[in-house]
Amino acid sequence: MSRISAAYRGLKLGERWDHAPKPVRWFVMLLVVAFAFYLPFLNILPFAYVRTDLSTSGSDWSSVLFLIVIYMIVAVGLNVVIGLAGLLDLGYVGFYALGAYSIALFGSTNSPVVKSLQNRFGLSEEWAVPFAVCIPIAITMSLIAGVFLGAPTLRLRGDYLAIVTLGFGEIIRITARNLDQVTNGAAGITQVPVPPGPEVDGRAFFNTIDAHRWYWLALTVLLIIIFLARRLENSRVGRAWLAIREDEDAAAVMGVAGFKFKLWAFAIGAALGGLAGLLFGAKQQYVEPNAFMVQLSFLFVAMVVIGGSGNIYGALLGAFLLTYLPERFRGFVDWRPFAFGVALVLVMILRPQGLVPSRRRAREFDDRRQEAEEAAADV
Amino acid sequence: MSEQTSMHGGTRPDAGATEVLEDTSNHEEIALETSGEVGEVLLEVDHVTLRFGGVVALNDVNFVIRRGEILGLIGPNGAGKTTAFNAMTGVYTPTEGKIRFKGKEIAGIKPHRINHLGIARTFQNIRLFPEMSAMENVMVGCDARHKTSVPGVLFRIYRVRPSEQELPPSGIRRSFAKAFGISRHTLEERAGRRRAMELLRFVGIADRAHELARNLPYGYQRRLEIARALATEPELVCLDEPAAGFNPAEKEDLMGLIRRIRDLGHTVLVIEHDMRLVLGVTDRIVVLEFGQKIAEGTPEEVARNPKVIAAYLGEPDDAA
Repeated sequence: MSRISAAYRGLKLGERWDHAPKPVRWFVMLLVVAFAFYLPFLNILPFAYVRTDLSTSGSDWSSVLFLIVIYMIVAVGLNVVIGLAGLLDLGYVGFYALGAYSIALFGSTNSPVVKSLQNRFGLSEEWAVPFAVCIPIAITMSLIAGVFLGAPTLRLRGDYLAIVTLGFGEIIRITARNLDQVTNGAAGITQVPVPPGPEVDGRAFFNTIDAHRWYWLALTVLLIIIFLARRLENSRVGRAWLAIREDEDAAAVMGVAGFKFKLWAFAIGAALGGLAGLLFGAKQQYVEPNAFMVQLSFLFVAMVVIGGSGNIYGALLGAFLLTYLPERFRGFVDWRPFAFGVALVLVMILRPQGLVPSRRRAREFDDRRQEAEEAAADV
Repeated sequence: MSEQTSMHGGTRPDAGATEVLEDTSNHEEIALETSGEVGEVLLEVDHVTLRFGGVVALNDVNFVIRRGEILGLIGPNGAGKTTAFNAMTGVYTPTEGKIRFKGKEIAGIKPHRINHLGIARTFQNIRLFPEMSAMENVMVGCDARHKTSVPGVLFRIYRVRPSEQELPPSGIRRSFAKAFGISRHTLEERAGRRRAMELLRFVGIADRAHELARNLPYGYQRRLEIARALATEPELVCLDEPAAGFNPAEKEDLMGLIRRIRDLGHTVLVIEHDMRLVLGVTDRIVVLEFGQKIAEGTPEEVARNPKVIAAYLGEPDDAA
């Protein structure tokens, strides 16, 4: 019990934060951001233990940081779908894959799509769609996919939606594997383009060795996304999502266009998933279907649920924990699925609303638990 | 019966001291802007029959609601009041007959569209958004008339040239707003907050505007529902048993509130069990029994109608 009450004391910290004067909040946030940018070079001893590359078998610290941030972008996007609009999406990896494949298909000289474009328009063999153009392509593709998937399925509620989206994630992966003519099939696509930049030490600015630059790029994108997501939350759109989550029928009678806003949530989530996939594909410089297994979808959902759905910072924490811990403790790699399962079960029992839930969400959970208990008592 | 229409029965000793209605709101802010003329037909229930399988819930019901009036819809339990109500707000589609709002048929239109047409309702069993504050609940209603959607919120792309009093008082913000306008999102949020607050004042619960709806006392919740419905700027407000669970003093207050709602420019339909309230506040009454209209007229006429007395007033259950 004491652990639970200690956790609730954490909520009060949140309230204290809300009441802090604006300059203080700005200053603290600035410090946090500056520290985040400094992280790849963290080498002062007691703190350096957070690094993952202390042993020779460890993974590159900057690459791990990059992956954490990519998954944070995913978590923020999925949080819009699950946490704000209350739609369970189990096929999120599909959008992630679409983003990665968009940049690979259009930006890589190795992709069949680019080759056919070269033949068609008589372009040189070095020609491919520039990176900057690939960004809107990737976002648009995943956004359109989100709308196409959402339009017929968002009329379903709860479990049914989860099943349909689960199928979608697999369809994308299997399609990518089997469409040899378009995606190179299981072989994947190499030479995915990187963002342009000045050459440093004879290497491109964004290369596979200096992963910290990728991390900085992703971190910047993440900060912009958090800023935009917060805007959404505190607006007509955020209120509409909340109203739909709480009482969809009453919301409709009050003039909230439920379907429209749910579709928006789905599309926004899809676009963010695509953006994360794009960054991931560019950093890897190689995209193949097996990188987008269905387990990844579950991992994404687990991040949001463990962290605390409905709260951006909860989702960020979830993404951090579920990406960082397995990398930090690689020595126990055999135990990973076990630890993961135990952690999930523990969170569900002790803190079903997540580690850092939104305050509203926490109360919604309490209400539902009470209702369930009352219903059980009636039987 | 008619002496019950008198509103000024003096304060009772049990008058809920905590829930005195004080309307300090700015009526210009919340008054309904409408081009319609008082007395024209607003909603028309045209020979409506509604069957559920073999059960006839409504049988050839026929009446109109005129702009600017307070119409009562009464009847014993199971008379079809709520069914009629649901048909009017688009929940059910009539088996036969038509329901027209401002001449437009509303069968088959989605609930949120019907709200946009200008019909709002409250619920018999309160259905607020419990985790939102009172203010936010009303703002959801205000949002029904707003246009900003996701692109507007994210990128603030729709700019509006602000009027003098909307401009920030001084500084860089002022010059910026002058040069680039103010985003529609910002203006709508501001207007929404202002209107929501005025409405809360109007129904008399502004003192707890920032409390969660779930934590409000029952009477406040009922009034919050009314405020939320009014926020959608409806031409027709339908109140489904607004006095359920109220004590006599609160009912008196509610009668005053219903009249003031009409004075803002709304047309009001009240479904109510409580005869005293209905006779006291309405201009006209339609009486249903077993899905059929058995009487229609002014409160005095209805109260004298032998059919109504037999069907309704004679029942001790409903006299309470």
